[in-house]
Amino acid sequence: MILAGIGAGLAAIAAGIGIGKIGGSAMDAIARQPEAASKIQTAMIIAAALIEGVALFAVVVALMKG
Amino acid sequence: MSIARESVKFIAFLTLLFSISVFSQEHHNNHSEDGSEEAFDPTEVIMHHISDSHDFHIAGNLSLPLPVILWTDNGLVTFMSSEFHHDEAGEVVVDKKGMKFVRYHDEIYYAGANGALDFDAEHHPANDRPLNFSITKNVFTLFLAAALMLLIFIPVARSYKKHQGAPRGLAGFMEPLILFVRNEIAIPNIGKKKYERYMPYLLTVFFLIWLGNLFGLIPFFPFSGTLTNDIVFTGVLAVITFLITTFSGNKQYWGHIFATPGVPKPLLLIMIPVEVLGMFTKPFALMVRLFANITAGHIVILSLFSLIFIFKTAAVAPVSIAFALFMFVLELLVAALQAYVFTLLSALFIGQAVEDHH
Amino acid sequence: MNITHPESLIFWTVLVFVILLVLLRKYAWKPILGAVKSRETSINDALAAAEEARKEMQNLKADNERILKEARAERDSLLKEAREMKEKIIADAKEEAQEQGSKIIAQAKAAIEGEKRAALAELKNQVASLSVEIAEKVVKQEFSDKDKQLELVGNMLGEVDTTLN
Repeated sequence: MILAGIGAGLAAIAAGIGIGKIGGSAMDAIARQPEAASKIQTAMIIAAALIEGVALFAVVVALMKG
Repeated sequence: MSIARESVKFIAFLTLLFSISVFSQEHHNNHSEDGSEEAFDPTEVIMHHISDSHDFHIAGNLSLPLPVILWTDNGLVTFMSSEFHHDEAGEVVVDKKGMKFVRYHDEIYYAGANGALDFDAEHHPANDRPLNFSITKNVFTLFLAAALMLLIFIPVARSYKKHQGAPRGLAGFMEPLILFVRNEIAIPNIGKKKYERYMPYLLTVFFLIWLGNLFGLIPFFPFSGTLTNDIVFTGVLAVITFLITTFSGNKQYWGHIFATPGVPKPLLLIMIPVEVLGMFTKPFALMVRLFANITAGHIVILSLFSLIFIFKTAAVAPVSIAFALFMFVLELLVAALQAYVFTLLSALFIGQAVEDHH
Repeated sequence: MNITHPESLIFWTVLVFVILLVLLRKYAWKPILGAVKSRETSINDALAAAEEARKEMQNLKADNERILKEARAERDSLLKEAREMKEKIIADAKEEAQEQGSKIIAQAKAAIEGEKRAALAELKNQVASLSVEIAEKVVKQEFSDKDKQLELVGNMLGEVDTTLN
């Protein structure tokens, strides 16, 4: 149970870093090219969703074991 | 001024809803704990809340019994779930068509000759069980969501027939959402030529997931069941997306999987398994993402409420409720976002399958 | 977390989803998307028609201007022609008048010359006959020598001729 919690926490940290980087880069890109904001947003959400998927695998494993 | 007053009213209303759900949870705990003076087990309560169930718990001791439909060795057997009298421990035996059924942790088994369950070494029931097609809480919620969608969109479609020109009333509210799915999800990902075939699927999935997510955030009957925190439901949707993707895949798509252009022959030995695996991991991720997002949100909200019972004091309530309210509003966003992401990724996969050239 | 009786939710989800998809496709999505699409095309058509009308209007305006310009040019040319013709007529008339005038003058001169000649001839004749009469009378009365008399008369006539010329 505790180990599952630690595992989920680690996954959350990794996903947080990943999504943070995506979000930051997307903000930079939008600031540089405000007219492409909607395209960047879509790409950002897709990339974030992919990383989040990996993190959620970890959450599910933790749930299954917990 | 009026906006401020409205938002204060709205927050007060939400707080009221939360206190109702807290109270109902409290009753529920009392109920499950009566008999023994066990310590409060948040994991069990939370898991019970996010699991499927044969009864629809409304408030306190009040539950809506739902039909149990079993496909047994002797054919179809139906009865109401109230016949189990809320028993989940395999103690109440229901006798139908000469067969005995017991319920143990939401699963219905054939009872043994002595009317009891046999357990294996790992304390799991060893009895056989009939195929269970019961209208459970989640199935009930599914019916509700489907009915609501029919009730919303068919009149909306009628209103277009009645008067031409700008949409009015409900249609005016729904049209931007439908156009959003069309212009932001379908057309950019599938392409202008082919998107129309897939629009009905994308729209249905988008609104069904959204409604399913939102129902879970409404804490009172007949909502409160969450369609999308059941991995079986999200799995079925992901499988449908997978089937659509696979069956609409053109030469380009299969060529990309089995003979990736520009890759030397020996490398294909590695590439083909990876690409084939990719075909299956995509819908798998789709299934898990939706399920885990919604479930995690519910677990966090319920955990925050559980703090009150863990610390056994009402003093924690304001903190709990404040944090839970924050989570709740976040979940409102997530409800729409996850519906969007599921639809967007479905459209993306379909778009990859029908793409003409790179 | 454990998954209990997945078959119930799988069965009902597939059933409900397929029914929902079929019903909504027929009674909701197709009419809504169709209405939205036809509205979009009608708006696009209207915009295109407006653009067309604007262009036509412009064409018409250009046409009008062109016609007006042509008309103006024609009028100018007509006026110019008329002016030229007037000038020409005047010039012609002047020329003719001059010609006529000079002709008349010439005729008059010729007539005067003729008259003068006739008058002179008449005068000569009369002078001659007068002289002959005078001479006859002189000769009859005074001169015996007829040759002398005639010589004298001839001299005298020559004198008259030079004075008349």
